[in-house]
Amino acid sequence: MEWRQAKWDEKLIFEYPSLKQSHIVIPFDEEFAHYKEKFLDKVMKRGIMRLNVDIPNLSEPIVVRHFVRLSQQSYGVDVGPVPLGSCTMKYNPKVCNEALRVLDIEEVHPEELDEYVQGLLEILYLLERWLAEITGMDKCSFQPPAGAAGEFAGALMIKKFHEDRGEHRDEMLIPDSAHGSNPASAAMAGFKIIKIPTSQYGTLDLEALKSVVSERTAGLMLTNPNTLGVFEDKILEIADIVHSAGGLLYYDGANLNGIIGIARPGDMGFDIVHLNLHKTFGAPHGGGGPGGGVVCAKGALVEYLPRPLIAFDGTKYYWDYECRRCIGIIRAYYGNIPALIRAFVYIAMLGPEGLREVAEVSVLNTNYFIKKLSKHQSVVGLTHDTFRPRKHETVLSASQLKKDTGVSAEDVSKRMLDYGIHAPMMYFPLIVDEALMIEFTECEPKFEIDRYVEVLSKTVTEAYRDSNKLKCAPMNTAISRLDLVRANHPKKLILSWKFKNEIKELQNELKHS
Amino acid sequence: MPHYWIYNSDPEIKRSMLSELGINDTMELFKDVPENLILKKPLHVGFGRYLSEYEILRFLKMQREKILHPKIPPFTGIEMCIHFVPAVVKELMLRNEFYTAYTPYQPEINQGILQALFEYQSVMAELYGVEVVNASMYDGSTALAEAIRMAIRATRRRKIVIARSVSPIKRRVVETWTYGIGVSLHYIGWDENDGSVNMEELSGKLDADTAAVVVEVPNVFGVVEHRLYELAQEVHRIGGLLIVFANPLALGVIKPPGELGADIVVGEGQPLGLGLYYGGSTLGILGVRRDMNLIRQMPGKLVGMTRSYLGERGFALVLQTREQHIRRERATSNITTNSALNAIAALIYVTWLGGDGIRKLSLSIAARTEYLREKIRSVDRLQAPLFTDALYFMKIPIKFLNKDCETVSKELRRRGILCCSDLGRYDSELRNIATICVTEVHSKEDIDTLVDALKQVVM
Repeated sequence: MEWRQAKWDEKLIFEYPSLKQSHIVIPFDEEFAHYKEKFLDKVMKRGIMRLNVDIPNLSEPIVVRHFVRLSQQSYGVDVGPVPLGSCTMKYNPKVCNEALRVLDIEEVHPEELDEYVQGLLEILYLLERWLAEITGMDKCSFQPPAGAAGEFAGALMIKKFHEDRGEHRDEMLIPDSAHGSNPASAAMAGFKIIKIPTSQYGTLDLEALKSVVSERTAGLMLTNPNTLGVFEDKILEIADIVHSAGGLLYYDGANLNGIIGIARPGDMGFDIVHLNLHKTFGAPHGGGGPGGGVVCAKGALVEYLPRPLIAFDGTKYYWDYECRRCIGIIRAYYGNIPALIRAFVYIAMLGPEGLREVAEVSVLNTNYFIKKLSKHQSVVGLTHDTFRPRKHETVLSASQLKKDTGVSAEDVSKRMLDYGIHAPMMYFPLIVDEALMIEFTECEPKFEIDRYVEVLSKTVTEAYRDSNKLKCAPMNTAISRLDLVRANHPKKLILSWKFKNEIKELQNELKHS
Repeated sequence: MPHYWIYNSDPEIKRSMLSELGINDTMELFKDVPENLILKKPLHVGFGRYLSEYEILRFLKMQREKILHPKIPPFTGIEMCIHFVPAVVKELMLRNEFYTAYTPYQPEINQGILQALFEYQSVMAELYGVEVVNASMYDGSTALAEAIRMAIRATRRRKIVIARSVSPIKRRVVETWTYGIGVSLHYIGWDENDGSVNMEELSGKLDADTAAVVVEVPNVFGVVEHRLYELAQEVHRIGGLLIVFANPLALGVIKPPGELGADIVVGEGQPLGLGLYYGGSTLGILGVRRDMNLIRQMPGKLVGMTRSYLGERGFALVLQTREQHIRRERATSNITTNSALNAIAALIYVTWLGGDGIRKLSLSIAARTEYLREKIRSVDRLQAPLFTDALYFMKIPIKFLNKDCETVSKELRRRGILCCSDLGRYDSELRNIATICVTEVHSKEDIDTLVDALKQVVM
């Protein structure tokens, strides 16, 4: 069970000895040699000539070695399990890379005329139809570059919808278990946030909801299954309460993996849905991005979707820019095309039954994990509510463990890294004390879940025996635990190579430690 | 139905897991989903069944036949022009540890990504002449929108003055992102001779409620704003901020905006080794000068250098209390997923070029622009270039006098040339104006072919 991450004492590129000049060969450069002087003359006359760019000049092999080493000090789904909740870190099928190579769209310009990219538009059209079917919506827009941008688009759609009806609705209802991006997105669109508490059953508190809906309610943003991994079983009632008050229902698609192919947000009464292609549909997370967002709508809300929309007139595919009530454009051009192609391939290769299998196995994995964990007597410190089946994810609390041993959710997480397992999402959702949020997705095999349980139970046992070991974790990663207080200290903050004095101070500190 | 990507979909494994749970069917785990919500028949998606790898690739090869590339590299480019992507970048982008990684909230296991992002922040800070650049935004247009929202927070003022010579696509994105929050956008025109910001008009628009002035370098016409320094002074005089959207490749030969007084710098990173991919994903660059008030108002992630408790140098995400997962509705932005992988691609590209390589590349593009500027004058029935006294970089603006821009670009495309999107599509005031984009991928012969074709088409 020993695991070790590569540990290079890798310099920053600025610390490599630079050549005086770069030996890069610029294509066709000599053809234009004569015109360089002309340009430089003009720049000089205007007094805006740049003389130096302080970035080292290296050779290609040095560059490659540097980045390969950095990659070896990184960790993704292709290295080992990343079972952290709400982010659905599933396997990114390799055929999707091949698909992008085969399609050969790297040099396809977004201003290309529609008739020359029919092959690509057809794929996007099919994908749009599929995503509408999966969500139970009428139409989807590929504009949002990521999930949060989809939420923002949705919030703006809700705003304009009410405005067009001459209604002043400025309150967005959001559960206290929601992703932080929900209140952030709604606030960006100018809404006041009304927080709805979670009941003892882990679902939205219906009474609380009834008490806050009013003629000022613009809508409710909801994740279902929610961030505790619990399905909002009263969803039809919830929808009714909000709709009766004149509000709209927004579906945060971050947790779609738990019900894809089994139930649809559209049937539950949601009016707008966003999807995260980098969660549910196998597109990679890229160490933070780019992801891919899609926003879909039903009925009267379709008119409000960001433009352009992909369309088909019976003979050719085209982008429809018609916008009478739409919220405008969220970003330049159409969408994150590679992520969309990946989602297309993903859906095609799973088919309808495979998609359903995704939800079934991801839910099976969660509940199998809960059951296995509950059997481990050693795991006394991690409390877990077991009153209902969980869906795609579950949340543990290290609250008792912390009281008993002083070992926090963070300490447990750091120790898990030592076994070559990415830590759970820590301290989220906020309503659970010392939260550890775990999502295996459908991709983690039974034996990895078994190992995860073993590692977790071992860690807890260790906490009771020798809590110091957890406080010092991790030891097997490229670096040991980082001093985040120092990292954030306003006087010691180092945000780039240009913080010369602060870097010097840090180097001195390291020399003497 | 078992699937090759899903180990536990195997019937035997599934049975053993179900028996551990004491149930017979996974659907029992969905008992809390109201019966009438459970789908009774399979979704109408995909090709009705699962496809094998070979089948899907064969389908895509068929689709590829219906994607027709121009004969020579495209000359269009309102938001992005075609650039060369070296093999080094392509290959390193396929490192599994990078592209399959999660956001590095656990710094100890993702030092590589964090160090790369710190290096990215550093090289961008150097290029733009500021001290701080964040770890990436979605794209240039959304980065600009966020920069404007940031200026509003930092100054607590409500008025934004934007040059009409900022690309109309970006201006429309900004309109969406500032909708309904009580922000007023005011536009200012350009100097008819050199295409740069009309300074007189600007002075008239500035007042004590102006949060920021926004300009683009080179602007939508390819014109390099050469009075940034004076602009900055004007804006600062009334206590506002100067936001400069700049093409990173222009900054190899012209002074960086940060050095000339910009408070917030923004850019589109696609020229730095990212493919076109029909418009994205790309990379949004956003930076500020070193000022804690501005830094605290920044959207997005920031990587900082620190130490481990055992005394090693390391990197971690910092100042996270600005972000949505902690600050929720009071966060500086809702941005969560960003463009980290594209930021790393841009870093690799810049490192591959080196500082001197960037200068050489910049100058080589500038030289092509000069060549095109001279050459295009030989075409009659065009106002070309649009401004006689301008300094152009990468783009030359032309105005069609006798023909519709859309007709021309269709006719050119029939000849295998992609050129001249109508700016009027996004701003009716710019009707029949187009820009021609030349970069390192265009040879003299390519440019000559375009000019000859234009001559024939506008006849």
